[in-house]
Amino acid sequence: MDAENKQIYGVLAEFRNPKELVDAASSVKKSGYQDFDTYAPFPIHGMEKAMGLKKSPLGWIVLGGALTGMIGALALMIWVMGYEYPMNISGKPFINFPVYIPITFELTVLLAAFATTFGMLALNKLPRLHNPLFNVERFSKASDDGFFVHIEASDDLFAEEKVKKLFQDNGATHIETVYDSE
Amino acid sequence: MSTDYQYVPEPALVKGDHSFGSITDLIAKTPLSPTPKLWYLAFGLANILLITLLGAIGYLIWDGIGIWGLNNPAGWGWAIINFVWWVGIGHAGTLISAILFLFRQGWRTAINRFAEAMTIFAVMCAGIFPAIHVGRIWVIYWVFPIPNQMAAWPNFSSPLLWDVFAVSTYFTVSLLFWYVGLIPDFATLRDKTKSKVAKITYGIASLGWTGSFRNWWNYEKAYMILAGLATPLVLSVHTIVSFDFAVSVIPGWHSTIFPPYFVAGAIYSGFAMVLTLMLIARKIYGLEDIMNIDIMEKMNLVMMITGNLVAFAYLMEGFIAWYSGYIYEQGIFWLYVVGPYAWGFWILMFCNVVTPQFLWFKKIRRNVAITFVISIIVNIGMWFERFMISVASLSTDFMPSAWDYYSPTFWDIITYIGTFGLFFTFFLLFLRFMPMVAIAEVKGVMPQADPHNYDEETNEFDIEKTKPVVVQQEQTV
Repeated sequence: MDAENKQIYGVLAEFRNPKELVDAASSVKKSGYQDFDTYAPFPIHGMEKAMGLKKSPLGWIVLGGALTGMIGALALMIWVMGYEYPMNISGKPFINFPVYIPITFELTVLLAAFATTFGMLALNKLPRLHNPLFNVERFSKASDDGFFVHIEASDDLFAEEKVKKLFQDNGATHIETVYDSE
Repeated sequence: MSTDYQYVPEPALVKGDHSFGSITDLIAKTPLSPTPKLWYLAFGLANILLITLLGAIGYLIWDGIGIWGLNNPAGWGWAIINFVWWVGIGHAGTLISAILFLFRQGWRTAINRFAEAMTIFAVMCAGIFPAIHVGRIWVIYWVFPIPNQMAAWPNFSSPLLWDVFAVSTYFTVSLLFWYVGLIPDFATLRDKTKSKVAKITYGIASLGWTGSFRNWWNYEKAYMILAGLATPLVLSVHTIVSFDFAVSVIPGWHSTIFPPYFVAGAIYSGFAMVLTLMLIARKIYGLEDIMNIDIMEKMNLVMMITGNLVAFAYLMEGFIAWYSGYIYEQGIFWLYVVGPYAWGFWILMFCNVVTPQFLWFKKIRRNVAITFVISIIVNIGMWFERFMISVASLSTDFMPSAWDYYSPTFWDIITYIGTFGLFFTFFLLFLRFMPMVAIAEVKGVMPQADPHNYDEETNEFDIEKTKPVVVQQEQTV
């Protein structure tokens, strides 16, 4: 297929090291782009400031999971031990909070951990079956030693030539247009 | 008069002259290259032991727990000892991955993946024992609160039920934590491999991870929250295991020192097991630059501290026996020291009290061969600790007329040895197909990863910037 027939997904640029990536990201941000992202084999300190990211909302999801676990565990034990199947154990009270602590704690942690893992994946929109970036051969370096910035075509300010110029000015070593499908 | 003040610089965590690319190659090389012959040999041996375990379990289910050496009064024997021993070993993984993460100990990155894998497989081995100990394993689901035709529910005030929840939660959370850590590394393998099958498999496992910073941002948060959740969890698990003993009224068990003492012992034995495995693996897989001597020394320090905590707990047991004025407590303490199981007690004293004292010496902490020997002795010692707690306390309880000597049978021994088959089968599969060091995390602690270590003008990496700043200060005398 010709390049003209393909949908442009965005423009990808490679930079030499974490420092240049952070500088490039802040310059992209300053130029007013919204739909852009940076790619690196590890999280880079200070990148969130350069990209102007807000705090991750994951904590709230985890809190939801933790509260579900805690309330669920307590409700289950109070109902079972107090009403559904009361057992007389050495004459102790049926509803006996100290003995509920271990299981309440464990289930709180369990549901919070599930919320963390799956909440993180949901926020990251993973699992994802295909990503147009994988059409770019160089992009396999992003999990090895490559540092990339990508501006999506969906951005209001996107213009292929202008974006390429911006990357060039920031010292990108490789600049490539990304197409949606093969 | 002026003095130079400076921070004591921490030695580089990764030795040798490595770039990001060479770290990837070093770690990804093992899962991506053909299987070595030695691996097949080791895997074969592990499989033989695994089949032995399955056979022993099969016979146990067929014939009942009478095939074990249990008697009256010693209703808990090797099965419970092995359970506690394996769970204890598991603790090192979570300690390294969670607690050391919260304390910002960068050196953990060299061993965390490895130790987490060990945790998961050790907890699997542990979980088998209480499950098969119930006798009628086909109704093991009764331990879970599932509505059933008997309209019966488990007793939530029983420490044994707490244990079910503690161990299964621990296993699940460790698995989630491990998997979250593996996602970026699976992506690395997906991008590196040449084989089609491997590309698809690692591709599925990596869930489409790209290394996008918007993803890393949520990911780092998730990792920190998981570490925060796993930290109290790891302390709670062995605490609850110790409740299995401490909540009962048996002399030698009924004691409030058990939770901290069990947790310290668990970390002690876990670090020993990580060291044993690490010292072999780093040699075979050529990972000496990452799993280096500095890291071994730090682990030895943790072992020295927890070992001495355990030794202190033994001392306190003796002191409290005397101080409580309770004759049964005193009796059981003397029976430990000079009673029918005194041989076990003195092995324990040698392994757990004498051995860690060698670690006060820096030369020994940095000696690979001696560390290896110590790590094995520690694991033997920790097994005997659980032996003394379970068997010695039970078989010589209140009434001498009820005492009986406990000895294991062939099936006890074969089941224990068999769990090593289970452990090593999984561990060898892990070493073969997964990145045994957290690639992304190791890169993250390299000085090249920090944008501040680059020159402002040329954007080149500047090693001078990683060195501590010397502050000159005038001192008034």
